[in-house]
Amino acid sequence: MTQHRFHRKFYATREQLVYAKVLDMGMKIGLGTLLVTFALYMSGVLDPHVPLADLPRYWGLSLGDYLAATGVGTGWSWFTLVGTGDYVNMVGICFLAGVTIACYGRILIYPLKKKDILFAAMLAMQVLVLALGASGILVAGH
Amino acid sequence: MVQFLFVVAFGACLGWGDVAWAVDAPLADPAPLTPPVGGGEGTDGGLPWWAWPILLFVTAFVLGIIAVLGGVGGGVLFVPIVAGFFPFHFDFVRGAGLLVALAGALAAGPGLLRSGMANLRLAVPLSLIASFSAIIGAKIGLALPQHMVQVALGLTILGIVGIMLYFKKSEYPDVPEADALSSALKISGVYHEPHMQKDINWHVHRTPQALALFVVIGLMAGMFGLGAGWANVPVLNLLMGVPLKVSVATSKFMLGIVDTAAAWVYINQGAVLALMVVPSIIGIMLGSMVGVRLLTRANATVIRKVVLLVLTLAGVRALLKGLGI
Repeated sequence: MTQHRFHRKFYATREQLVYAKVLDMGMKIGLGTLLVTFALYMSGVLDPHVPLADLPRYWGLSLGDYLAATGVGTGWSWFTLVGTGDYVNMVGICFLAGVTIACYGRILIYPLKKKDILFAAMLAMQVLVLALGASGILVAGH
Repeated sequence: MVQFLFVVAFGACLGWGDVAWAVDAPLADPAPLTPPVGGGEGTDGGLPWWAWPILLFVTAFVLGIIAVLGGVGGGVLFVPIVAGFFPFHFDFVRGAGLLVALAGALAAGPGLLRSGMANLRLAVPLSLIASFSAIIGAKIGLALPQHMVQVALGLTILGIVGIMLYFKKSEYPDVPEADALSSALKISGVYHEPHMQKDINWHVHRTPQALALFVVIGLMAGMFGLGAGWANVPVLNLLMGVPLKVSVATSKFMLGIVDTAAAWVYINQGAVLALMVVPSIIGIMLGSMVGVRLLTRANATVIRKVVLLVLTLAGVRALLKGLGI
């Protein structure tokens, strides 16, 4: 065990270990949330926005037609439907998609402390790129 | 046993849970439904709605096993097969494919990082480039007509078959000297090789060329909703000279970053159906767990041939579908 720990610390940098810890926690929370919300969806505890029995009439439509037919918006507008069985699942999905941003944000401090400006700049740029994708700013007509 | 019980419970939940309630479920107020133009009939394949997520779960479960045994990512099998044989629109299939690849990468990431096999110094610059281009790829993929993307996917899948056939892996590539850019970025590392009982030091070369290729890899990952391990590994291993184990581990870790960028585009465009995504994610993750257990007993050559055959069929099917044949 001691030997194993020694190997971990020797072969993985501190940033990697911290990243792994945040990722592990986030991934478990995200998947757990997804399981719970999907159970709420399937069990009918929360009524879906698109009734399950009607879904086959919509899932073959192109994205643009689907959104027009179901009245669902783009970007973060799904949040207005978070009380419905289908869209409550977006909480877990967005959480999983956000975990990496949190990991990068968490380790940013380490290269800054070591004055490793280039690496810190790359981490910061990655956070910006992912945040840009997550923001919904890039949504444009489909 | 636990996995089997989970499969049974999950199937029961899907099959029995909501049939009675769902049929008359009222619509939510904010956004009323409009019947689709043309009715959308014929998209259920004559099966009840609940049969499709069960089939999707079973398919993803089997693909998860095959993916591990065949040494490929789940997304590269998932997208062409589900697009070819399921009634869901390609836009939703790609969204689900990215999330499937993402979930697999997130699950594997902590272990790969802790062991030192995945290297953050190597992954960060490459992922930065690839994730930016993945966002652009996702935008292009969602804007192009479906038949064009299907044709491009078919050609890409057949190209992947070619890469798998001719890509000769190199366990410990010879890198005479690190290039200037990789030295500036401090890309190098050391890992422990248990069967040799020694530490392997590595550094890389041809970093600018690799960065250029990762622009293309990111574009394709975003456009087709594929995890891009099939392209990452040859570039890391053959071009940059990263040892094979570090290449495979870092590639898997990078999917969690690159696919996150593209996945947000699909999420924000609304191309995510929970009924598709959740059974797929759970199916492929359970399948991967079973696959890992079968790894020591499976015949690797046979599995590899099965993967190549499945990919070829899926690629041809996507190509024909895109060409309207």
